[in-house]
Order: sequence, then C-alpha cells, then structure tokens
Amino acid sequence: MNGIQAITLGASAGGVSAMLHVFHCLPADFRIPVVCVLHLPDDRHSHLAEVFSRRLKRPVCEARDKQALAPGMIYFAGPGYHLSVEQDRSFSLSQEERVYFSRPSIDVLFESAADAYGPALLGVLLTGANEDGAAGLARIKRLGGHTIVQDPREAQVATMPQAALALHRPDHILPLNGIGQLLAKLEPTEC
Amino acid sequence: MTIERNTDIEIRLLIEAIYLKYSYDFRDYSGASIKRRIQHALRQFDCKTVSALQERVLHDPGMFMQLLQFLTIPVSEMFRDPEHFLALRREVVPLLRTWPSLKIWIAGCSTGEEVYSMAILLREEGLLERTIIYATDINPNSLEKAKQGIYSIQNMHAYAENYRKAGGSRDFSEYYTSAYGNAIVDSSLRDNVTFADHSLATDSVFSETQLISCRNVLIYFNKTLQDRAFGLFHESLCHRGFLVLGSKESLDFSAYADRFEALVKPERIYRKS
Repeated sequence: MNGIQAITLGASAGGVSAMLHVFHCLPADFRIPVVCVLHLPDDRHSHLAEVFSRRLKRPVCEARDKQALAPGMIYFAGPGYHLSVEQDRSFSLSQEERVYFSRPSIDVLFESAADAYGPALLGVLLTGANEDGAAGLARIKRLGGHTIVQDPREAQVATMPQAALALHRPDHILPLNGIGQLLAKLEPTEC
Repeated sequence: MTIERNTDIEIRLLIEAIYLKYSYDFRDYSGASIKRRIQHALRQFDCKTVSALQERVLHDPGMFMQLLQFLTIPVSEMFRDPEHFLALRREVVPLLRTWPSLKIWIAGCSTGEEVYSMAILLREEGLLERTIIYATDINPNSLEKAKQGIYSIQNMHAYAENYRKAGGSRDFSEYYTSAYGNAIVDSSLRDNVTFADHSLATDSVFSETQLISCRNVLIYFNKTLQDRAFGLFHESLCHRGFLVLGSKESLDFSAYADRFEALVKPERIYRKS
C-alpha cells in the first residue's frame, strides 16, 4: 500500500473507543491527514475534536468549509452538515438530505474523497449499527483506492462492517490493532 | 474509471448548457455537492446519463425548472440556530437603532423562514416600521413560497421552541393562523418586505444596506464565488454595516477576511471595518 495521501475513517455505534484504539497506534510524527465521520446526535456544539485532541495529544479539529487538508491533522465532521472533499483537496459542507438518517454521512465523505484522491486514498470502516459507508467504501475501491474493514467478529456492532463486506472485497479485514499497525507503517508521500 | 471520467465531463457540459441557455450560473458551485444533486436528479427523472438529462433540460424550460429544485437546497426553519438570533437581538439591534431608517438584505432567502424570523425580531424591537427588507433568491418556486408564508403546522412547535430560545417572550402563535394543517404567517410581517430574483453569481448590488444575512448559502459556493458574494456584500453594506452568516460559515478563508471584523464570532456576526 504505497502513495497514500489521505485516509478517510467512518464509524457509528462503538466508534469513539474504536477510533481512539486505532489512533493510539499512530506515531507522533504521522503525516497523512485523516478525515473522520462519526455518527452523532444533531447537536451543533460537538466536542468530538476536543475530546480526541485531549486524549491523543495530537492536533485534532473539526473540518471547516473551504479549509485545505493539511499533513499531520486529524479532522472530524461536525454535526448537522455533510462533509465533502473537493477536487482541490479542501473541505466543503452541505445540508442535503440525510443518508441512512445521518448527516454527516460516511458515504458522502468517502465518495467525494474517492473522486478527489483516486488511488491515493485509503478508506477505513469500523463498528456501526447501520449501512452508511458501505457504498462509499466500494466506490473508493472502484476508483483505485485502498480499503480496510474492521473484522465484524471483533466490532462492537457488526452491521456496518458486514454491509461493507456484502458490497465489495476490501484489501484488508482486520481487528483494530491490525488496522492501527498497518496505518502506522504507511509511508507519507508528497501531495 | 472511464464511466467516472465521462460523468465528470457530462456534468461540466450540463452546467455550461444551463448557463448558456438559462443564465443560471452554477459553474463556481462546490463540485462534490452539485455532482450528488445531479445524480439524485438522474434517478428522479429516470435518465441513464447526464447527457440524456442535458438534452431534456436544453429543449424543455419546464424540465429546467424541475431540475432547479434539485440544484438548490431549500433547508430552512424559523429562528434556526436560536443563539444566533439571540445574539442579533442583544448585540446588533441596539446598534441598528442608531440609524433613522434601515435596509436589510436576506440573500438566499429560500422559502422565507429567515425573512419572517427577522421580521418578527424587528417588530418586537420596534424597528420593523422603519425597515425595508429585501429577500432574494435564485429559485422562483422558493420565492413564491416565501411570499405566501404558508408552512406546515407540524413545524410550528419546533419553531416556537427556537423562538423562545432566541429571546422571544410572546406567544409564538400570535404570528400565524392555523388552517387546514397549515400555519399562515401574519401577512403584516411582510408589508415592508420586497421579494426579488437575484443571483449572487451573476447579479450586482442593488441597494445600500445596514445589515445582510446570508446563511447556509455560501457553503455551496467555491472560494471564487464566495469571494464574489463577499465583494457584493462589502459594496452593499454602509459604513460599519453588519454581515451575518450561517453557523459553519466564516470569512476566515476569504480574500475579504480583513475587510470585516467579528462582532460575535461564535454566532458569525461580522461588521464592516
């Protein structure tokens, strides 16, 4: 798995501890930007970025409209808006209809990032109780990118990984430890 | 991959065709969202390709009007983000009082919820009588709904809650009458409102204003078009006029960042510096 310039990560139920587990495996100097959607109730003041930033002691922020993706950053989609990646590799927000009752939607992030990054994108789908993310992950693969699905046997809620596996064959099916170790070994490349 | 590339080419051609034929300019809208909305329209209109949709849109203006409903996003509510309206009431209204007459521009007013929220707030603060509100949008169907001011009664409970959180102290039901499952907004609220077709992408400034509210419109624009819109706002606003944006929008990534100062940053209330 070479030439990865961005990672998109999606999860729903059980996602906070799963994401923390994966991020704890990353070295302090991990350079590849990671963009996350974690399903949340619609509260406009989300503290996800602060919580993760405090726990991980690395820069984590809520993705902002028109902000360019930067190396070494972890971004979270804020509540109430879909998060997309544009062709110029900056973020955009929108309030289109919900996808699987969710806004932000994992599919929306994954599909737009697949368009923007093509083969340079790695998509990771973790635990969750609905099917959001499955179509997006399949699209990442179809556009030449790489995909990882959390092993459904280990996932706190298996619905989301299972839905992904029903749609496409990912490059890896791994437990959280394995995902973290694999990410930690990725060599950053210049964007 | 070839299909993907074809779709991207077709979308650009469709957007160009719409511009040439109907003068609606979506060329500098955020690409990811436009692509999703066109693909959504494809399914609704049962078109196999974007080219097929383009043919129908080019030859049938009625079809374009239908597509326009997909290309614009009419998501709105009254007193949406109540903290924003509370901040307007507390921080901006006292300053608005210093002008003998007011012109307020609601840019991208969609189906009118923002317009009536503003009108209610101004009436309660005793300012509505001396205010002209310009409510503009590119979608004629949305403008028509805005003019009618008829909303589903089911939404009123949530709007009343928003209103209360926004510092409203009256009974919200004073502002509408119920009929046939609808809430019909008090028509005197729009006595001083002018509804007009206006595009931030192609039109120019039409009046000097003291306050411009443009909420959840700019997120659908790319940086170039955002800056065009900020340029119009800057030109329209009088000395020390106010610009208010949606809760996730800001001037931070704009060429106009240093032409405005934040008055209440968390609520996206800016002032021309």
